[in-house]
Amino acid sequence: MSYKDERLSEEKVFKDPVHRYVHVNDQVIWDLIGAPEFQRLRRVKQLGTSYVTFHGAEHSRFNHSLGVYEIVRRILNNFEGQPNWNQDERLLCLCAALLHDLGHGPFSHSFEKVFKLDHEDFTRKIILGDTHINQILRRVGEAFPQKVADVINKTYEDKLVVSLISSQIDADRMDYLQRDAYYTGVSYGHFDMERILRVMRPLEDQVVIKESGMHAVEDYIMSRYQMYWQVYFHPVTRSAEVILSKILHRAKSLFEQGYAFKLKPTHFLSFFAEDVSLQEYLRLDEHVVLYYFQMWIDEDDEILSDLCERFSNRHLFKYIEFNPNLQMNQWMELYRLFTEAGINPDYYLVVDSSSDLPYDFYRPGEEEERLPIHLLMPKTNELRELSRHSDIVEAISGKKRTDHKLYFPQDFLEALPEDSDIKKRIFEILFH
Amino acid sequence: MLENHAKLVKFFSSSDEIIGRKKLQKMIYILKKCDVPYEEKFEFHFYGPYSEELTLRIEELCNLGFITEQKEKKSNYYQYRYQVTEQGEQFLNQSNVTLPPIDNLIEKMKVQSSRFLELVSTMLYFDHLSKQEVAEKVQVVKKKSNYTEKDINEAWQFIDELNAIAK
Repeated sequence: MSYKDERLSEEKVFKDPVHRYVHVNDQVIWDLIGAPEFQRLRRVKQLGTSYVTFHGAEHSRFNHSLGVYEIVRRILNNFEGQPNWNQDERLLCLCAALLHDLGHGPFSHSFEKVFKLDHEDFTRKIILGDTHINQILRRVGEAFPQKVADVINKTYEDKLVVSLISSQIDADRMDYLQRDAYYTGVSYGHFDMERILRVMRPLEDQVVIKESGMHAVEDYIMSRYQMYWQVYFHPVTRSAEVILSKILHRAKSLFEQGYAFKLKPTHFLSFFAEDVSLQEYLRLDEHVVLYYFQMWIDEDDEILSDLCERFSNRHLFKYIEFNPNLQMNQWMELYRLFTEAGINPDYYLVVDSSSDLPYDFYRPGEEEERLPIHLLMPKTNELRELSRHSDIVEAISGKKRTDHKLYFPQDFLEALPEDSDIKKRIFEILFH
Repeated sequence: MLENHAKLVKFFSSSDEIIGRKKLQKMIYILKKCDVPYEEKFEFHFYGPYSEELTLRIEELCNLGFITEQKEKKSNYYQYRYQVTEQGEQFLNQSNVTLPPIDNLIEKMKVQSSRFLELVSTMLYFDHLSKQEVAEKVQVVKKKSNYTEKDINEAWQFIDELNAIAK
């Protein structure tokens, strides 16, 4: 029997709080899970800094990756024997589902911005490079790693396969919404996934939903909408994220100035130089990053030390609502006042913006690029775009929402001399 | 403050106006590939590289009143037209963002069709592959667009010209 068809002598199961069990029968999948590059995902949190707001949110990208794999496995079980579905793509789909987040680094969002990295690029490098993952995939076939990378990169020729892993209703989103809701403890994020899986149908180049499952999809869209604003864009989480980014900026800037760190930032050197090899990338997980942050609290540089103390001990920046257009002049004045008060505004006065688009649709003649969710109508088998059939989805379709906040260390401001004009003016601007 | 927003306002300020969302997406992507430091993340979508982050940031700029978006009805489709506002210019003047020269690159791209820019950006997306592999990949991912060998050769020439300007 060839490696790609090899089955485990006995099914393996992982106990999972979201899907109850994750089932593994394929030797290839079992081997991939055991690879060090996949095990590394245990040390990368799924929700980055959200744990400072929701103390349960300590789950990892490892849990999520297994969850996405399990959802795709269940979808494919339902697809077996259905028209348009090519069973030969099964293993490819499962591998792509399992490995789709493989390239995520520690605190991805901030790291990617500060060091100009792209986790998708690293996913591709891990799959195609000199790694255990690549060795396993190559045992399936010489071209197999490239196919897996293409599916994850959305450039694979079979768009049906791509849409399972990446579309507006894909296994990735279905897992993270439920998993993040479970671990944060919020009551949003729940929807009837079993129902959605039962009404999914494969078409030539996309997955569609039987019209009878529309209400379950409405629930899914609404839960996504709520999760973004209640969990993912929570202002306290963003405060931690702001501090994290500023730590990375400060450390990089100090390094560039030739600052002598008490603890040489060995693991960061290639990141500071923005020339990171795959091996260096894989060595830096969140455990290593948090170790450095602890050590940097003792650095002589006051800004780096303070920011690391804030991040480690949840001593976060406060925030106010901020409109960058109407308050542009106030921002400039604050920048000047902070400087005069000896508080470096480049690190301690930060505007952060979050935006989301809960569901977008493509209608003939419009230039949107997202594939909409299509309903398969009874009898006629005609396809209808979801928001044309659902009043609930129509109400939030294409609606974008933005939120700007201004972050600052209120404790520093309060510590300014009581009779200082600078202090009075800063407080006037911020709180009146 | 809002450096990434300011970089985009700079783009609109240098372009007079941009017609079409697809064109806007492809132009920013191509500029990025010409080493202009736009930080929006792009992924491969229907029409080639696409950035949801860019879509959202454009919306933010509209809400802030720094650019305007006009939806215009054409015979069988809608078209979007973007222009910088006076407030946008003020915001740009107050920001300390700097970009390498982009005016000539923008000028060169603006006169091209969005279909052609879609091809160019798709080819640039696969720039880690050999030319032959890029051509093959275009035929796989853009099966329905029917790009000819002539289109692809023109796109290579266009890319060379852009690179020469960017240098």
